[in-house]
Amino acid sequence: MLLLLAVVIGVLYGSAVYLLLRRNIFKLILGLIFLGHATNLLLFVASGLTSGYPAFIRFITGESESMADPLPQALILTAIVIGLGVTAFALVLVYRFYSVTKTVDLDELSENE
Amino acid sequence: MILVLPIILPLVFMVLLIFTRRWLFFQQAFSLLSAVALTVVSALLLSQVATEGILTIQLGTWPAPYGITLVADLLSAIMLITTSFVAVVVMVYSPGFIDKERQTAGYYPLVFGLLMGVNGAFLTGDIFNMYVWYEVMLTSSFVLIALGGSAEQLRGSVKYVTISFVASIFFVSAIGILYGQTGTLNMADLAYKMRTWENMPYINGALMLFFVAFSVKAALFPFFFWLPASYHTPPVPITALFAGTLTKVGIYTMFRFYSLFVVQDVMFWKLFLLIIAGLTMSVGVLMAASQFDIRKILSFHIISQVGYMVMGLAIFSVNSLAAAIYFTVHNMLSKTNTFLAGGLVFQRLGSYDLKYLGGLYKAAPFLALLFFIPAMSLAGIPPLPGFFGKLFLIKGGFAAGEYLITAVAIAVGFFTLFSMIKIWNEAYFKKTPEDAQKAQPVNRSAIAATTLLAAAVILLGIFAGPAMELTHQAAMQLKDPYQYIDAILNQTSP
Amino acid sequence: MESVILQIAARHMRPLLIILSLVVLYRGHNEPGGGFIGGLMLGAAYILYAMAFGVAKTQNRFVFSPLNLTALGLLIAVVSGIPALFAGDTFMTGEWITLFADTVAELKLGTPLIFDVGVYLAVAGMLMLVMFSIMEE
Repeated sequence: MLLLLAVVIGVLYGSAVYLLLRRNIFKLILGLIFLGHATNLLLFVASGLTSGYPAFIRFITGESESMADPLPQALILTAIVIGLGVTAFALVLVYRFYSVTKTVDLDELSENE
Repeated sequence: MILVLPIILPLVFMVLLIFTRRWLFFQQAFSLLSAVALTVVSALLLSQVATEGILTIQLGTWPAPYGITLVADLLSAIMLITTSFVAVVVMVYSPGFIDKERQTAGYYPLVFGLLMGVNGAFLTGDIFNMYVWYEVMLTSSFVLIALGGSAEQLRGSVKYVTISFVASIFFVSAIGILYGQTGTLNMADLAYKMRTWENMPYINGALMLFFVAFSVKAALFPFFFWLPASYHTPPVPITALFAGTLTKVGIYTMFRFYSLFVVQDVMFWKLFLLIIAGLTMSVGVLMAASQFDIRKILSFHIISQVGYMVMGLAIFSVNSLAAAIYFTVHNMLSKTNTFLAGGLVFQRLGSYDLKYLGGLYKAAPFLALLFFIPAMSLAGIPPLPGFFGKLFLIKGGFAAGEYLITAVAIAVGFFTLFSMIKIWNEAYFKKTPEDAQKAQPVNRSAIAATTLLAAAVILLGIFAGPAMELTHQAAMQLKDPYQYIDAILNQTSP
Repeated sequence: MESVILQIAARHMRPLLIILSLVVLYRGHNEPGGGFIGGLMLGAAYILYAMAFGVAKTQNRFVFSPLNLTALGLLIAVVSGIPALFAGDTFMTGEWITLFADTVAELKLGTPLIFDVGVYLAVAGMLMLVMFSIMEE
């Protein structure tokens, strides 16, 4: 599981960097989204995996030992929410950007400067 | 309770301002009053911290290493009051400068959103909570920088949003690794554990990720390029607010993290920060020399001045830290002041480009004076505060035996003077060029705001003695992290 | 986009989604759910409606604009921290009361629920704000 997640994180980071380097501004946003997800997974893996147990104490059995650490999950949830906010803003920004400049190409921008 | 107020008040003000966003006059008056109220609260907090020592509060009564802690030591309190004062000045300045469309499109609520994030970052004692406040602050700043939506602004904000987002990613990754290693997020608890931690490579890796994240926000040497590409695009009061508060949050976090977490491998980090500081100072000032737009020159100077603060941090003696904190306060005031004065020039002559400016010294000596004071302070001319800040930084550098960086600092000081004199000569002293626009009247409240800030700069210079005494105490607290750890965890030695 | 199927679906889905979102909001204490997910559902209900009938018509149905809804949510979330002060605890401490104790209908209510309602409104408002501003033009 650990290996699989590590590979997934690597692939996500790789594709994120690839997309960030594209000239198309919409792909830039996609890159940012990938980057955010890769980091959320990294957070998940880095703080230890517990497989097969939920992140709360089950009252029936009362085994507190067999419980996944809830904090990283809470952190990831917060990070996802923040990511949602930033992505939403970025999408509106790109949309406005397109309607003002009529282009999605970042290189055409720098020529104007 | 007073610890919560600097965060809660801006939130409540923001909500009220959102509800009333169409009533222009109410917005202007209410946001000014709110900023004043915030300053009063910060002043109360500062006096309480100065008399009673470090204050802490556990939100939701969850005990210390588990719940979110809010902490105010002297450094936080000093940063808080400077921020709120800058906000007051910007609130006086804005009504006469920013166009009505932007003002009713949510400018005022966004400023308070920004202040909430900045104050939260100053007060929190939990690294993940710090990240959250960073995001609150950044999201507000994203909207502020794009507000109005001119093509130039949108260009600037695409760069700004991308870079800030990537920096935040570094921040979260570092938190993840640190939590995976130590199992705690509380800053005091982390600092306590790090003193005896054995598996340092992971920790150093995480610290390096933190360094990248903060140096992007503070615009340090390899990561400064986004700042001059985006800061000059929004209207001047927004730029001034960013220059006075946003970049300094990065610096504050560095002070906090360096003093708490760098306890092993100190030699490496010191050398590393000194190199970065030297490069930041010199590259910033050299790039400023080739610019002709007032806002771009000033933007590059933000970078150069940040180098001084990092230099004081890297030397890490009580004297150099005290000087660095004093310098930071001075810089928040003076930098905002120079931007605002640049805005006055724009209002009068309709341009920021030095080629189309001139003759302001003869035509409007008072405007010239308003630029002259903070500019000379930035350049380090006595008796203005920039002089004392640099003097004590340089003294601290010599006392610590760091001759090379001190020499760089002195040289950069001369270049700063050169840049300021360049703006002075071009915009104020030389004859008005033929193709310059006809002089427009300048808004009174904008002048009043700039005057207020210039007066504050002068006062900071005159009362440099007492101010340095206060920053000296703040530096003592930073130098002895056990005070901080003790205030939160009631533990004194590892 | 004028689609009869979508319009009829949206008209009937909206009340269902709103009720479901309230259920998810209330469930959030001891089981998966909560203000954020509930808020997303509420937002989705109106976004679906806006897709079928257009943004202008959807916004007419509101007393509050999405931005005001977000602000109201934030305000409620802050206010939920205040009862703790009267109980002598620090800000944001959860305070609970039990209604109808020792009966079948025992109901535990507390400030975290108020906070969740705030989150619910804020998330729904923000989602609608963003989606409407993209869909408008």
